[in-house]
Amino acid sequence: MTEQSRNSAAVIHSHTYNIPLDNIDTDQIIPAQFLTTTEREGLGKFCFYGWRFNADGTAKENNPLHDHRPDRQQVLVTGSNFGCGSSREHAPWALLDYGIRAVISSRFADIFCNNSLKNGLIPVTAEEQVIEYLHKHPDSMVSIDIGARQLTIRDYGTFEFPLDPFSVFCLTREIDQLDFILQNEQEISAHEQRYGK
Amino acid sequence: MPQQSPSDSTLFEKVWQRHLVRDESAETPAILYIDLHLLHEVTTPQAFTELNKRGLRVRRPDRCLATIDHSVPTSAPDADGKRHYVTGQARAQVETVQRNCEEHGIVLHGWDSPNRGIVHVIGPELGATQPGMTIVCGDSHTSTHGAFGALAFGIGTTEVGHVLASQCLLQRKPKTLGIRIEGELAPGVTAKDVILHIIGNIGIDGGTGSVIEYYGSTVRAMDMDSRMTLCNMSIECGARAGMVAPDDTTFDYLHGRPMAPQGADWDAAVTDWKTLKTDPGAAYDAHVDIDATHIRSLVTYGTHPGMVVAIDEAIPSGESAESTADALEYMGFQAGKSLEGEPVDVVFIGSCTNSRLSDLRAAASIMKNRKVADGLRVLVVPGSEQVRRAAEAEGLDRVFTEAGAQWREAGCSMCIAMNGDIAAPGKLVVSTSNRNFRGRQGPLSRTILASPLTAAACAITGKVSSPQQFLEADND
Ligand code: SF4
Repeated sequence: MTEQSRNSAAVIHSHTYNIPLDNIDTDQIIPAQFLTTTEREGLGKFCFYGWRFNADGTAKENNPLHDHRPDRQQVLVTGSNFGCGSSREHAPWALLDYGIRAVISSRFADIFCNNSLKNGLIPVTAEEQVIEYLHKHPDSMVSIDIGARQLTIRDYGTFEFPLDPFSVFCLTREIDQLDFILQNEQEISAHEQRYGK
Repeated sequence: MPQQSPSDSTLFEKVWQRHLVRDESAETPAILYIDLHLLHEVTTPQAFTELNKRGLRVRRPDRCLATIDHSVPTSAPDADGKRHYVTGQARAQVETVQRNCEEHGIVLHGWDSPNRGIVHVIGPELGATQPGMTIVCGDSHTSTHGAFGALAFGIGTTEVGHVLASQCLLQRKPKTLGIRIEGELAPGVTAKDVILHIIGNIGIDGGTGSVIEYYGSTVRAMDMDSRMTLCNMSIECGARAGMVAPDDTTFDYLHGRPMAPQGADWDAAVTDWKTLKTDPGAAYDAHVDIDATHIRSLVTYGTHPGMVVAIDEAIPSGESAESTADALEYMGFQAGKSLEGEPVDVVFIGSCTNSRLSDLRAAASIMKNRKVADGLRVLVVPGSEQVRRAAEAEGLDRVFTEAGAQWREAGCSMCIAMNGDIAAPGKLVVSTSNRNFRGRQGPLSRTILASPLTAAACAITGKVSSPQQFLEADND
């Protein structure tokens, strides 16, 4: 709604954090047991919980996910069809709080993509071969220019990626989407009258 | 209602056109009017907080319908009438939705309502879900309501706030995918098997960006409960929504339901609803043909709903061998072997996919006069309190309890396992729900998705088993 965590900086410079798996669903990003919260803050500690912790809450040993460096690695590189499953907006909330500002995948699930953009988490769709390169070179330095819709990978190349122009507009100009809808009050009322409701 | 549809358009386009407050352009998405907004406790608190922070009111509380289903206990209250929530936080979440609905004048089917239940079960049951509507809910299985020829889809919490405040949603027009399903289903094969077959076929991202329309003789022959099962799992192939054109089956179902139009309004509504179908000349953006006669009773073997096999069929080693191997390691299964005979720990019959009266009747038809296998835990959870009462009136509850299964109160229960109905680490659950993601039914639990008939067969044998053996035995 307020797009609270919106990126004021239109360019993200960061190293990558890699999870080379396809079809990571929102139950993996944040398991249902943490959904009884009525807040949107502080969910980062539950991000990828089932992969980082045992059923008894102790940390899993030798798990590469524990090596995530949020100060340095703010771009997640993953497999295809990221964010499938449940519509829980807790997934982008958890990722952002975990320190992720953009995700690079070859394909995103619809609702996840929508939810992410509303919170300023940038879904960057890239070709399979680009993803492959990034997985072969973990911790690569990348720049994501949201306004120009460009992904630059140091020592590799620059690629355009698709991003809904309206979302770019809102993200870069700090336009609030609800305000945008409410500006159409007359049309909304006219619609209600036309359909006699 | 004004007729805007040009001569050849799809069912989806007709519903889309009727709800455009403002059409999309290259720069801006469409503003789509929402007829019905369904709410539950999990995905709404942050939206109301935002609304209150901005000092906004709910624009059309009369177009909202709320329930409590995800976090609620499904055990009966204790002798003092107290409900035992899994955590204080779960209780607080339910109390939050109660308070929010009260403050904003929204009808909530809470503990005191005889109509409480899973949000996607009660909408149709009350007649709130109607052909040609736009319906949203902060829940991906909102696609269920498409069974009535509504355009129904899941949204996130920010969008829940948008709809509360404006009754509108910003949307890019999705593509359409026509899925034609032809032929008669074999005995014991259900809508659940059909949708698992489709997801296995087109893949779990095969519908991404699209609204599916299901049509063909198999769909026409389905009752509304089956059509809801079909549309419910559209999201599992990534589709935004699933739809079925309304017909006499739809109208018969809705007639006389409390929130459906009554009297002269009913006749006018049906006349209009009859126009909600894809014109012969209209084309879908993509198209798939399914031969239903070959579909068998299916189960999932992996960690997403597209990994499906027939019960006696060998598990494939998969296209992307790596992720299949990973999934099989998690599940403890082997490629090249079938699942038949695999020992099961828990059977769950419930969820918005398969918890309506006909689902419970199907399960009961196999469990009647039989006993659940030793040591097996079997939960039967009706989708709504109405379903529960109807089932009890037919004696289905006794069929289940006499067999050794638990008969519980309505809710999502072990479909999402956030209310305390949970499977222990490592346990294998045969479930009539819709997602077999890792840990979906409890940390490190393992899920096999199946139809109510298959789940009931597994409950009796204690192993992964086909329902056909029981159908044959009962016919002898
Ligand atoms: S039954 Fe399961 S899928 Fe359906 S609404 Fe509840 S949690 Fe979601």
